[in-house]
Amino acid sequence: MAPSAPPSPVETIKAASRRLRGTLAESLADDLTGALRADDTQLIKFHGSYQQDDRDLREERRAQKLEPAYSFMIRTRTPGGVVTPAQWLALDAIATRYANHTLRLTTRQAFQFHGVIKHELKATIQAINRSLIDSIAACGDVNRNVMVSPNPVESRAHAEVYAWACRLSEHLKPQTRAYYELWLDEQRIAGSGEEDEPVYGPVYLPRKFKTALAIPPHNDVDLFANDLGLIAIVEGGVLHGFNVAVGGGLGATHGDARTYPRLAEVIGFVAPDRLLAVAEAVVTAQRDLGDRSDRKLSRLKYTIDRIGLAAFKAEVERRLGEPLEPERAYAFDQAGDRFGWVEGHDGRWHLGLRIESGRVADRNARRHLSGLRAIAQVHGGDFRLTGNQNLIVANVGADMRETIDRLAAEYGLDDHRRAPVRRDALACVALPTCSLAMAEAERYLPDLLDRVEALLAAHGLSDAPIGLRISGCPNGCSRPYLGEIALVGKAPGRYNLMLGADACGRRLNRLHRENVAEPEILAELDRLFARYAAERRPAERFGDFLLRSGLIATASSPPSEVRP
Amino acid sequence: MPALPARPAKPLAQDVLAQLTRLTEGLDRDALQWASGYLAGLAAHTIRQPAAATPAAADAAVRATLVYGSQTGNARRQAETLARELEQAGLPVRVVRADAYPLRELPAERLLYVVVSTQGDGDPPDDARAFVEHLGGRRAPRLSQLRYAVLGLGDSSYPKFCAVGTQIDERLAALGAERLFARGEADVDIETAAAPWRRTALTQARVVLEPPPALATVTPLRSTAAPPDAAVWSRERPFMAPLLSNRRIVGRDSGEDVRHVELSLQGSDLHYRPGDALGVWSTQPPALVDAVLAALRADREHSVTIAGETLPFAQWLSGRRELTRLTRPFVAAHAQRARSAALDAALAADGADALRALLDGHQLIDLLRRFPAPWDAADFVATLRPLAPRLYSIASSRAAVGDEAHLTVAVVGYEAFGEARIGSASRFLADRAEGDAVPVFIEPNERFRLPEDPARDIVMIGPGTGVAPFRGFVQERIETAASGRNWLFFGHRHFRSDFLYQTEWQQAHRDGHLHRIDVAFSRDRPEKVYVQHALRRRGRELYDWIENGAHLYVCGDASRMARDVDAALRGIAVTHGGHDAESAAEWLAALAADRRYSRDVY
Repeated sequence: MAPSAPPSPVETIKAASRRLRGTLAESLADDLTGALRADDTQLIKFHGSYQQDDRDLREERRAQKLEPAYSFMIRTRTPGGVVTPAQWLALDAIATRYANHTLRLTTRQAFQFHGVIKHELKATIQAINRSLIDSIAACGDVNRNVMVSPNPVESRAHAEVYAWACRLSEHLKPQTRAYYELWLDEQRIAGSGEEDEPVYGPVYLPRKFKTALAIPPHNDVDLFANDLGLIAIVEGGVLHGFNVAVGGGLGATHGDARTYPRLAEVIGFVAPDRLLAVAEAVVTAQRDLGDRSDRKLSRLKYTIDRIGLAAFKAEVERRLGEPLEPERAYAFDQAGDRFGWVEGHDGRWHLGLRIESGRVADRNARRHLSGLRAIAQVHGGDFRLTGNQNLIVANVGADMRETIDRLAAEYGLDDHRRAPVRRDALACVALPTCSLAMAEAERYLPDLLDRVEALLAAHGLSDAPIGLRISGCPNGCSRPYLGEIALVGKAPGRYNLMLGADACGRRLNRLHRENVAEPEILAELDRLFARYAAERRPAERFGDFLLRSGLIATASSPPSEVRP
Repeated sequence: MPALPARPAKPLAQDVLAQLTRLTEGLDRDALQWASGYLAGLAAHTIRQPAAATPAAADAAVRATLVYGSQTGNARRQAETLARELEQAGLPVRVVRADAYPLRELPAERLLYVVVSTQGDGDPPDDARAFVEHLGGRRAPRLSQLRYAVLGLGDSSYPKFCAVGTQIDERLAALGAERLFARGEADVDIETAAAPWRRTALTQARVVLEPPPALATVTPLRSTAAPPDAAVWSRERPFMAPLLSNRRIVGRDSGEDVRHVELSLQGSDLHYRPGDALGVWSTQPPALVDAVLAALRADREHSVTIAGETLPFAQWLSGRRELTRLTRPFVAAHAQRARSAALDAALAADGADALRALLDGHQLIDLLRRFPAPWDAADFVATLRPLAPRLYSIASSRAAVGDEAHLTVAVVGYEAFGEARIGSASRFLADRAEGDAVPVFIEPNERFRLPEDPARDIVMIGPGTGVAPFRGFVQERIETAASGRNWLFFGHRHFRSDFLYQTEWQQAHRDGHLHRIDVAFSRDRPEKVYVQHALRRRGRELYDWIENGAHLYVCGDASRMARDVDAALRGIAVTHGGHDAESAAEWLAALAADRRYSRDVY
């Protein structure tokens, strides 16, 4: 914990990497293995990719004297998750040619390709870049894809906020040319390997860094789960600036009480013209103050809890050269996505579509990959990924609605008409590709929802909107700690059952049952649904009810109890 | 290998032994081998005078010369057997491998027997290439003094059955030599045709050769030696080896099924060296036997007597006869019974393509079903070829695995006429479970040996299951701490599913035991790449390795791969060694003659 402790191995790798190059070129050229050298597996994250393997096949292949079935996940840097139909078609073609015939929409408005093999990695990244999208800094110890409430065309202010998201993403992008040299065959020039990184310095950040922008009253990006959250203050259609929230982060480690999910706290307000400077001050403060010896404790939230929020704010203001303005009033009243057709301020229309677990694929009657390809071929607006693994066909002229509706129906793009609990659920990828997963998530979600829906139906609760999230490990890609119901993987078939978050991303849930299997989870939910059906107040959400009724622990979430 | 014939030898008196030791002191390997052959000759004949210094000096008029060209050892075995039979009859004889035969002696020969196999698409075995070329060339001498006969070996499931034997037989006649008796053509059931041919050869030799002058002749090591006693188990008496493990070693999305099979040789006293093959006797899958019986509407219990042996029909089919590959003789016999115009056309002189299509695209059962015909059970069994053992290059080194032999088995299977088809030997092995016994014998392969000098570099070219012996080679080189470098070229279809022994090669590479490895996967990229492409890509370094004394080994498919690799090697000599096409071929031939370019191809 003490910053004087020796740096973690990853710090050493970064320092020796010549600005994220390492021996990636040699690793890619080695045709004896589908894997990278160990150090390079750390560095490739900064290029937007993770080395993974099919864990379902590991044991089988070991017996076959074959190495694990290595493949690569590639994640895009798509601030706010906005792409044109042409880009959609390009990404679809890449998924079909190089990846596993699916596009995965992430909880951070990015696309993920899964199953790309090493010798096609370069061709895949080149194809992504040809579509004018890149994957720089999509993973790694840097500012990741910047989120922003989707559908900015709903108001002029939305468009402005989206533009700020793009500027932030550019401003906080690493300056190394490593990406361009390795993947895009850019000529090496003088200074290659020693590029100036004004924001990051030679060893980048101690850990990943997440930024999101939200426009009240919608908190559809789960703003407080981010290291840096910017709450747009819009009055009369005019963007005045942003409340600045810092220190959010949901990852934790089972059995390590020093780790916990934490929500960001607002430290002040900034006008748009100082937004980039404030963001840079927060990032560089974390760069210099964050723990580089223990990666479990290196997120900004721990830095803030270690030195105190006031001290951190003072550090940001010192770097900024001026004090932050006082926080402005705002109110969130909902998280989650809006589905179906919505009319924008300019008479254009937006269709919110449910994509279960964000997995765009052709599966039986639900031919979502083909359907969205068909829509992209006729669509004149754009596509927007939400922060909840869903998709908006945005900016549609009234005359095109019928065509799009017909295609959506033809290809089974109608999951948004299903029960709310299914419509709003989130799941991370987990098995078989994620190396961190301890239990199933995405693959288990449909079955789990069948059973939960049956329970809800039995209690007459089919229409109740209940936020359910499942995660294969405690690191929280599906933001489970903000779910009214959450399953956090502990072991194959076993989860921590977490309950009681609110519905707009402002209250964490808490541990209710530890390390339980499906029968116990369902029995417990059955009992609680019965109480909820009988005792809920009008419009009272399940998470709020559980807390009010004393059915779950009333204390704030256990993690905060162990904060220093 | 024993240095002397392994007939029970009378122990030498101590002083004699000491003299012998003094005599042999300081002799190199070649000299020792020559001497051992000399001694073997002494043992076989009464000596009237000291032996001639070289075999060439011996009087050709009074001796039979047996020249063999052999790829898998069958032709060599036939030549050696005949030599033994001639010797036992008191007739002088020498046995010479074709590539060791001094071609200039040919005009002086009086009696020549040639035993030669045919490979793949009518090619001679590697060791007979130069012999065949010389004989066929313009500079071939007139051979008016020569009397000869030829025994061809082949596999009648190939269209050019025994083509090389035929070619030599006809050429010798054309050069003026007198054919003593008709050419023998032995199919995979070699003895059926070879035994009568050898009997005639013996009779004719008695006539041609004068009563034995019994000059001692130098016989190559092994050639006239009786089968060593040490090997209790043999081809005819296989050892029942318990199966230890049978594992699929290709990924689940592979287009084929390759097994790593481990067999126990414990208690057998069977010994093998890296490069040797393991012979496996299989039995036919019961479903196939049933299908054949059904197609013939035959009674499985019906007694059938062949050559004095009586067994139920089903038993002949399951354990004694080849039931998968079609042969031309069988097709001909079947055509007589089936009265099919299509079959007759395929068998006609101008039906070569149709016949090839028939042989390639059909198994026995297909023919029986497509062209039903009445068969007498005994005729049927007699017409089928006896089941032959399948030889697998051993994929292990005893130094590494002890009393075990490991095999790499591609399970032959394909679809035809809407049914899954299987190759009998590989399927037999694939279906064995742990503890099952597999009838096996060791088939030595002296032509595929690691360098005696452990400091020599080796280059191993083994795509697909051709990589098998190289697993044994690398194990051996590790265990014996050989200081030479090891370089493997491997190729197959898909990197992900078909990289045989991938993790073992990676480990050996990491540990510095496999110094270089180059791979070529043909179906992973738009352009197909094979090992020969990898060879060319590394041509410069490869040429340097070879010029620095490296030994080259090629194992695998004979029909295309070995030919393409051969061409690639010659190309490398042209590109990197300043050779022209002709001298490159000579360069490679010299490597082969030097035993630095060895092939185990099939």
